[in-house]
Amino acid sequence: MSDKKLLEVKHLKQYFDIPNGLRTLKLKAVDDVTFDIHEGETLGLVGESGCGKTTVGRTILQLYKPTAGEVIFDGQLIKGSKTIREFRKKAQMVFQDPYSSLDPRMTVSDIIGEPLDVHKLYSNKAERQEKIKYLMDLVGLSSEHASRYAHEFSGGQRQRIGIARALAVDPKFIICDEPVSALDVSIQAQVVNMFEDLQAKLGLTYLFIAHDLLVVKHISTRIAVMYLGKLIEIGPANEVYHEPIHPYTTSLLSAVPVPDPNIARANQRIHLEGDVPSPLHMPSGCPFRTRCPKACDACAESMPELREIRPGHFVACHLI
Amino acid sequence: MKKDINALPKKNPLSLQLDLSQFEKATDDEKFMQQRMRPSTTFFKDGMRRLAKNKIAMICLFVLIAIVLIVAFVPMFYPYDYSSQLGNIKGQIPDGSFKNLKPFEYSTTELKRIEAGEKIFPHIFGTDALGRDYAIRVIYGTRISLIVGLFASIIVLIIGVIYGSIAGYYGGKVDLVMMRLVDIIYSLPDLLMIILFSVVLKQTLNLEGTVFEKLGVGMISIFIVFALLYWVSMARLIRGQILTIKQQDYVLAARSIGAKGGHIIRRHMLPNCISVIIISTALQIPSAIFTESFLSFMGLGVSMPMPSLGSLASDALGGIYTYPHRLVIPAITICLIVLSLNLLGDGLRDAFDPKLKK
Repeated sequence: MSDKKLLEVKHLKQYFDIPNGLRTLKLKAVDDVTFDIHEGETLGLVGESGCGKTTVGRTILQLYKPTAGEVIFDGQLIKGSKTIREFRKKAQMVFQDPYSSLDPRMTVSDIIGEPLDVHKLYSNKAERQEKIKYLMDLVGLSSEHASRYAHEFSGGQRQRIGIARALAVDPKFIICDEPVSALDVSIQAQVVNMFEDLQAKLGLTYLFIAHDLLVVKHISTRIAVMYLGKLIEIGPANEVYHEPIHPYTTSLLSAVPVPDPNIARANQRIHLEGDVPSPLHMPSGCPFRTRCPKACDACAESMPELREIRPGHFVACHLI
Repeated sequence: MKKDINALPKKNPLSLQLDLSQFEKATDDEKFMQQRMRPSTTFFKDGMRRLAKNKIAMICLFVLIAIVLIVAFVPMFYPYDYSSQLGNIKGQIPDGSFKNLKPFEYSTTELKRIEAGEKIFPHIFGTDALGRDYAIRVIYGTRISLIVGLFASIIVLIIGVIYGSIAGYYGGKVDLVMMRLVDIIYSLPDLLMIILFSVVLKQTLNLEGTVFEKLGVGMISIFIVFALLYWVSMARLIRGQILTIKQQDYVLAARSIGAKGGHIIRRHMLPNCISVIIISTALQIPSAIFTESFLSFMGLGVSMPMPSLGSLASDALGGIYTYPHRLVIPAITICLIVLSLNLLGDGLRDAFDPKLKK
């Protein structure tokens, strides 16, 4: 891991228009998110369902046009179709659902070969076959299965196909959008370990999106926590996991099951009051104040900025 | 001590277990064969296998193949021609005995020649009021009807698929404008349009000397009308399919790879709605045949002396009491074609649309 910033996300906003009768409501899926990812590291992005984790990933890859904000990759501002096309050769995505993210009408070799076709990364058929075989070996698939269809494989194998497809263009950066949450626990470990092996072998940088905190802690160098479209805490993985600062992170971590009944019984689970507010009607100020046990008047007035509490550990809360 | 994994376990003398020593170990070649035995089934093969199990659809398929073979090859060696009036030979006195023959009946001249020892091919369906062999006219009429059905469906298919997939894929304002245009065309009365087109085109189209001359203005106007009007329902269908497929993750995956719109439509979207395309084309053919027959029946279709099933039926109306077979034969042919195509289309839908599987 170096200190070189590979990806800089600055004030990224992604609003969706939701038609509601005659008016159009703004759904603030991602609201003013700023973070960096250093070369060779893994940034884990956690948060509950619907908090905008996936949207952050997709907006970074320009699959959705950002409402505002900048994405800078390797010193280059990603804007306009030409830079986006170049960017897609260097940044790839692994999808959550290995069942729907592979085209049922294509063979494995066509799925893995598609990025090669799109970017014309081979000079003849034999070279294409060679590359597909190499990629299948890389992710631990038998290259004899190249002519099979995706539905003939198990979930874990399908996810490997998806990973091979992402690796086809030889990217530097991969966004893993909950890549293991659709898999069996035993398969999850295999796939997570494979991600680590690939990182060591190919020098990859990951943005690892997940809601399973244990998996994220295992694989990440740093962890970022999101709540209702906003980034509320970001810092080194061990520090965030063991000494969370933001009240939301604290309660989120208290919900992680511990595989030891004695410790689990001693742990105090912090229960939050109420439901997550609708992102269409966001509370004023800090989005967490409606459920925060420590909320005060200042929280309703303004959204707290991310402040560096410890070296490299940023938290957005008025009370800290 | 290292255990030999290839050694057979010892049999307990009291156990009823089979004697393992009687089994032979598979060789590596055999294992490899076993691995390779199961071929990977494609979507198409899978569908065809299911179609082959559907008896009604298979019967219809054979009926259609038989009709196509008859229509394609019989005129090559059939002794009579669809346009020549058998009694009228140049330089001879017209022979009225060829007119209005019943099935398998010979004219007086032919009977004389048979008596003289000549072999003469029978008029299987008799002759019409002008002394033309009716069987060959029905065969030509079927040929025309099938050609119209096929080409009209292909035109509808091409325009509908391109238009529908563009509207569905790009969505938003593009979709809005394109679909309102479809709504406008949908609301036009098609028969009125066909009548107007054939009248206008008859005046303006100059077909002389082109390959279309033989087909006639009526036929060309049918094609044009199909091209202009009938693609809308296909376009709507395809758009609906594309809208669903657009939500799929694999389309997003293709976009994240950097694929462009055209590539995604061709490689991902169309292959995934191919079942709908096959089925609706199969069902489009009978409706085109029906429309053509109807128009020819009204006198707007093919031009004389070219027969079509509709115009044959319409001509037969004059002598319906005396020669009912002349109406019955083309009518049955239309029914057979349309029914077979419809049932085959149903069979294809059941075979290729896994969502409708019970």
